[in-house]
Amino acid sequence: MSYDVPAIEGEVEAELSGAPGGLPLWEVFVRADRGLNHVHCGSVHAADADLALRNARDVYTRRREGVSIWVVPSSQISASDPDTKEAWFDTDHPYRHPTFYEIPDEVGHM
Amino acid sequence: MTSVEKLEARFEEILANDEKVEPRDWMPEAYRKTMIRQIAQHAHSEVIGQQPEGNWVTRAPTLKRKAILMAKVQDEAGHGLYLYSAAETLGISRHELNELLHSGRQKYSSIFNYPTLSWADIGAVGWLVDGAAITNQVMLTRTSYGPYARAMIRICKEESFHQRQGFEIMMTLTSGTEAQKAMAQDALNRWWWPSLAMFGPPDAESTHTEQSVAWKIKLETNDELRQKFVDMSVPQAELLGLTLPDPDLIWNEERGHYDFGPIDWDDFWQVVKGNGPCNRERIEHKVKAWDDGAWVREAATAHAERQARRAAAAAPAQEAA
Ligand SMILES: [Fe+2]
Ligand SMILES: [Fe+2]
Ligand SMILES: [Fe+2]
Repeated sequence: MSYDVPAIEGEVEAELSGAPGGLPLWEVFVRADRGLNHVHCGSVHAADADLALRNARDVYTRRREGVSIWVVPSSQISASDPDTKEAWFDTDHPYRHPTFYEIPDEVGHM
Repeated sequence: MTSVEKLEARFEEILANDEKVEPRDWMPEAYRKTMIRQIAQHAHSEVIGQQPEGNWVTRAPTLKRKAILMAKVQDEAGHGLYLYSAAETLGISRHELNELLHSGRQKYSSIFNYPTLSWADIGAVGWLVDGAAITNQVMLTRTSYGPYARAMIRICKEESFHQRQGFEIMMTLTSGTEAQKAMAQDALNRWWWPSLAMFGPPDAESTHTEQSVAWKIKLETNDELRQKFVDMSVPQAELLGLTLPDPDLIWNEERGHYDFGPIDWDDFWQVVKGNGPCNRERIEHKVKAWDDGAWVREAATAHAERQARRAAAAAPAQEAA
């Protein structure tokens, strides 16, 4: 495929150290329009919050994709553990939904 | 089931249900590595891809064309950054990806190792190279890794402008003087075959294809995408009144597709191995830009540190007040 450069015979796969480095990483959230939530759209690198906002503007809103941007240091985000997904999110019960209740038709829309 | 088997089963289930794999999910190490390699190469391609077109910014024929070209080149930088951002969710830093590119340990698409010799090349690149990229990237909007798929959706929204502005440049030239027509034909002659090669080696010789298809990273093969691109491009070339440089190109009624001549894979491999017309120049330019920007990064860091120190010094005083 176009950007999947095929491996050359005898090519050694690059070793990845995973070591950090460079400028800090910030997560970017953009509000597309008034009345909507800020939604996560990616990340940028920058020395501080001001520059992170500017970079986010240049990278993620070149076509009026937003009216407001938040940036948050990636290291400051706490997340739920995907491995405990079932225990965490299995809180659904039929009685939390309106269709659980039998109401006579005469009541009309409710 | 051992705990690893359980994780593997969950991963396979996600793929089978056509759900997306997300950053913090467990995934096989080989999937992670393949994904990093592919997203990184894609990002590097977008970034290096700014150079052949950037080459014409100062020589664009009109102010309008110049503004358009700058916007396009800026988009390509943005595409590179969306993709680096996606790669970083897999546990590799942008810093490291940069070094892998600069040292030649990771590659970028060979198409960007060809020179842009005339203004018509800017038309041909937008029409054909971005056209080929779209064919590939539309497929990748459905790829199995969530952040990669989402980056592709963003990118595809922007690519259509790239292809249309290129086609429009070609239209302007082909409706111009004989010399302008000749210029457009010459650019097409030089970009057609490298654009077909962009889709990668034939399926029969592609080593990774099978695994990538199984992991739903890739939903169509190199040959399928290449055929799609040829079928799309033939009527477009006719509309422009240009001739595709392939004497074997012919409509195959039975297949419902165009047949086309053999691709020069020796040339392709030469370029992949680093012997294309511009390989050295592209990396040298990239490394120089990075090195020239070092003082900016250092100054920004120094400023951020000073601001943080000042804020820390001011904080207790405010509390006391
Ligand atoms: Fe792009
Ligand atoms: Fe692209
Ligand atoms: Fe593009």
